[in-house]
Amino acid sequence: MSALAQVAGDPAVDPVAPAPETQKRSWTAYLLLLPGVLWLGVFFILPLVQLASVSLQSRYPGFPGYYYRDLNFQNYVSALTDYAPHFARSFLYAGLATLLAFVVAYPLAYAMAFKAGRWRNLMMICVVAPFFTSFILRTFAWSQILADEGWVVRSLDVLHLLPGGQIINTPVAVVAGLTYNFLPFMVLPIYASLERADPRVIEAGGDLYANGFTTFRTVTLPMSMPGVLAGTLLTFIPAAGDFVNMELLGPQRGKMVGNVINDQFLAIPGGYPVAAALSFTLMAAILAMVFLYVRRFGTEELV
Amino acid sequence: MTPIPRRSRRPLSEPAAAITRAASGGMSRRALLGTGLAAGALSACAPPKPPAGSGGLSSLDLPEDVSDSEKILKWANWTAYLDMNGKETKSPTLDAFMQQTGIEVSYSEDVDDNDSYYAKVAPQLRAGQSIDRDIFTLTDWMTGRVIRDQLCQPLELIQMPNVVSNLLQPLKDVSFDPGRQHSITWQSGFAGIGYNRDKVGRELKSLDDLWADDLKGRIVVLSEFRDTAGLVMQSQGVDIDSDFGRAEFEAALDFIEQKIEEGYIRKVKGNSYMEDLTSGNAVAGITWSGDIFVLSFDTGDPAWTFTIPESGGTLWSDNLMVPITSTHRSNAQKLMDYYYDPAVAAQVAAWVNYVCPVEGAQAEMEKIDPELAESPWIFPTADFISESNIQGFRSLDADEEIEFADLWSTKVMGN
Repeated sequence: MSALAQVAGDPAVDPVAPAPETQKRSWTAYLLLLPGVLWLGVFFILPLVQLASVSLQSRYPGFPGYYYRDLNFQNYVSALTDYAPHFARSFLYAGLATLLAFVVAYPLAYAMAFKAGRWRNLMMICVVAPFFTSFILRTFAWSQILADEGWVVRSLDVLHLLPGGQIINTPVAVVAGLTYNFLPFMVLPIYASLERADPRVIEAGGDLYANGFTTFRTVTLPMSMPGVLAGTLLTFIPAAGDFVNMELLGPQRGKMVGNVINDQFLAIPGGYPVAAALSFTLMAAILAMVFLYVRRFGTEELV
Repeated sequence: MTPIPRRSRRPLSEPAAAITRAASGGMSRRALLGTGLAAGALSACAPPKPPAGSGGLSSLDLPEDVSDSEKILKWANWTAYLDMNGKETKSPTLDAFMQQTGIEVSYSEDVDDNDSYYAKVAPQLRAGQSIDRDIFTLTDWMTGRVIRDQLCQPLELIQMPNVVSNLLQPLKDVSFDPGRQHSITWQSGFAGIGYNRDKVGRELKSLDDLWADDLKGRIVVLSEFRDTAGLVMQSQGVDIDSDFGRAEFEAALDFIEQKIEEGYIRKVKGNSYMEDLTSGNAVAGITWSGDIFVLSFDTGDPAWTFTIPESGGTLWSDNLMVPITSTHRSNAQKLMDYYYDPAVAAQVAAWVNYVCPVEGAQAEMEKIDPELAESPWIFPTADFISESNIQGFRSLDADEEIEFADLWSTKVMGN
């Protein structure tokens, strides 16, 4: 909306006496919006409506894998009661991964923005490079690296640093995998915010007798908050719905909600409605959490 | 309000029609969703109807076969299921077929598990879309479902003389495909215990031998419940080929669940369990027969052993089918016929080590490897099957199929 108002200018909201010229301009604005609106309609609204419709369907008796239209709210009841632990686990793991990613990403982004000098581009390439290989392949590679007879586990075992004797197929591996996979989404927005920060403002902190830590706390960190906010959202949202890390790195027990959705869609004849209800619930839950989060920590601009 | 399943291509039964009316046209729903776009989308996304019961060939809408002008064929199969050269890049028998016929075959190991493959392709096939495959390979019970759902094409046996004369007698008429009108057996195999004798350090003879403290967390089992639960039920004294019910099945699942929770079973997987055996995450498990021989060959480690547990094992077959939307049925039939040439079948069997469904292949195998010609894993005798208590999992009706899959998903898969 704001985009429309900006492009169209005041006459768009004041239709009493539009000058012919501005009328034409406002048409241009709608025309410019058209591809975006169409795109949203076809690739977002339509699938969403389809998903909502599926989530209320019932199984066709006697024909596994077939459904009929219904208003079966039992699917939602089942999604919320049977799979509450899976939701909790998803949010916990995604939250942990977001926190870890923040801890790793902030110093990295800080170094890239202020200390890297001529190494900055190289560091940037290193952060982005993993995107050149498929997400699944990279996760699969981790499952090989962390395998029981791989060198990582063996050396840790020799040093008696691994009480369980395995890394792979544990929740630790899942959180590590999520952190690894979504790290660039945390680094890039924080870097973008820091890089835009005016160094003179930070210097001013020193001029006003603040020590390094106080300057960071009261000046640098607040200035990077839009980036932190964007980064946490970009990490948390996909991590909460992820199933690949759990599938490839996780244990057999204690699955995440993404795995349940995947299994309901793919392994259970007649699981579509529950899977759709779960997807919807997950979406609503994430939306609510993000809304509260942005209300609490939000700033005027998201990068 | 439960609709009665349709038996013919007549309009919907009354309750179903009422539901459809209520869901699609109703003003209340339109008002509820607010926008016309939403209502339009809703009417566009009606779930597909189940196929009419015994419609027969006439009701099938087959696409035009362009095999003559397009000499290509795309085949979806399971891992370690076709003879390969040393580098695992090419298959000698497939290369020979391509040279002989001029048909370019692209072979892909797409199938990791029956359910997930079916769930992936079925919606596309029902919508009449191409899945970019001309042959897929699925297990008996899933073959039954594909045929019932009319998602595969009828085959012209008259075009496949090798199949007609060489398909083993017991496989010529099977319950899920009477008269083999829609599917042809690719290979059969056993589910039993696969393990590395050196790493385990002893022989594993019964299923209970798997639940040992030194093997804790180093065991994988198959996500195919007919095999894993089947083996466990056999060890609990159930005849899995006769009339057992939900209670026996649930008891087996409780047992498996307990073994997962106690940490004995590490993962429940599709055909990708072979990766865990290769990487050393697991040293034993419930596996398929041929895979273990291939693993032994690939890793050069003769310690990999397959055995049928004392309480018995399962026997199943995988079947070749032509997806309903494929336009290369003749090419597919040529390939099926080619693999029923005993000499070719023996070549495949010598590599995959699964039960060969081709009459005369045993004699051909004598020429390749006399030892393999005696192998009960490739050419089992009736005595071997009955003495080892090898059974096929009984066929489930549609309701049981859903019920059992639900139970399996919750109790064992951890969902």
